[in-house]
Amino acid sequence: MKNLYLIAYLDLKESIRAKWFLVYSLVFGGLIALFFIAGVTESQVMGFSGLSRLLLMYIQITIVILPIFILITTVRSISGDRDNHILEYMLSFPISLKQYYWGKIIGRFITVYIPVLFAMIIAILYGAMKGADIPWSIFFLYTGLLFSLSSTFLGIAFFISSFVKSSEVALGIAFFIWIFLLAFIDIALISLMMQQRFNEGFIIFIAMINPMELFRVAAISLFDPELTVMGPVAFYILDLMSQKGFVLLSIAYPLLLGILFAWFGYTIFKRKDLV
Amino acid sequence: MIKVKNLTKKFGSHLSLDDVSCNFNKSDSVALMGANGAGKTTLIRSILGYYHPDGGEVLINGLNPIKERTEVLKNISFVPQLPPPIKLSIEELMHYISVSADVDKELIKHYANEMKLDISANLNKSFFKLSGGMKQKLLIAISLAKESNIIIYDEPTANLDPKARDDFYRLLSKNSEEKTLLFVTHRLEEVKELVNRQIYMDMGKVVSDEIF
Repeated sequence: MKNLYLIAYLDLKESIRAKWFLVYSLVFGGLIALFFIAGVTESQVMGFSGLSRLLLMYIQITIVILPIFILITTVRSISGDRDNHILEYMLSFPISLKQYYWGKIIGRFITVYIPVLFAMIIAILYGAMKGADIPWSIFFLYTGLLFSLSSTFLGIAFFISSFVKSSEVALGIAFFIWIFLLAFIDIALISLMMQQRFNEGFIIFIAMINPMELFRVAAISLFDPELTVMGPVAFYILDLMSQKGFVLLSIAYPLLLGILFAWFGYTIFKRKDLV
Repeated sequence: MIKVKNLTKKFGSHLSLDDVSCNFNKSDSVALMGANGAGKTTLIRSILGYYHPDGGEVLINGLNPIKERTEVLKNISFVPQLPPPIKLSIEELMHYISVSADVDKELIKHYANEMKLDISANLNKSFFKLSGGMKQKLLIAISLAKESNIIIYDEPTANLDPKARDDFYRLLSKNSEEKTLLFVTHRLEEVKELVNRQIYMDMGKVVSDEIF
């Protein structure tokens, strides 16, 4: 175990010093600051106001930028080390591949999750100082949703990193996955399926296995438990399970997906040539 | 100590090692030579357990370096041809090595001093920001401080000035007794004083194996 913590600790230290981490932290911290400066907490749109409104906006932006940030900063972690011969040297010491791989994942997870969480904590603290009502249930559920969304994309990034030979290709694949999950499934796949009159249940199933879509719907359901803004699709979801069940699924499924991808990545990593 | 038996390694259609067999015993000090692409680095990396062979096997003290990598690597020190751009500070790198391989940090500093490298003044500096020669000296110091039974050097003096090379050879001759030394080199004259065996490789095969 000491080697696992060692790898995680050193990866964390190295990441915190990196320029990408500074930009990453500034983006999420800056978003919250911007919302306060712009007076989002004082505005009222679609019935949402105060910190709830701020958190809703934060989550809407996070859903777009968090996955791509995680993918591009993490996807090169192993392939990049392989590319520039760091892996060749670091693995010449008695560290097991399991300790190296999972240690890197733990270190990187802390790096990508902490700024996102801190930004929300800052929002809550600032809101509390201003005397605003704090929506604790929304805060905790968002924390869980962000945790599982971060796990998914971290798992996917390590999976890509384990089999790709060059970091440029890894970046290309990461970008494709992001755009595919963000837009392609909605725009191309689902509209094409609707044109072809596929079964609605099947189309909704395709949309819901997309962790970003699931995150989006779960985030809406916290403010709008009946999912009225989604129209008839809400019936399919809420007929199948309760709102609470849906939120739990939205946390459990992406988490499981991330662990599965990370595990597949590890299987490939230990079976392939290391350098 | 190191047993290489009918080792074959392919990369796509390219045959990098072609049924290579050789043994390296205690007190063997070997110059591994050959043209670029002869298979020297592939052989070294196979010994370190980085490659899954297409045929044959490597055994280090009877252990498979892929299946029992941590046990095997406890006994191996390795210095690559080019120091990698590790972003850890020297302090962090020494911490990594001391925890993972149980190496005494003071011993690393001792060998670094012997190599005329003052690491105490650079502990917080990133490893990759050091000059090529300084990096190489530190990696050599680490390899000696690890006190392994097997020492593998892939062109270790490529970045060193003549004085540093002398320091390196002096330290190595003092610390290589009862050990297996493998040098990948293009210049036999540089290591001639240290080696007692020369292996020449070509097209993935061992074409000559001479003991002096």
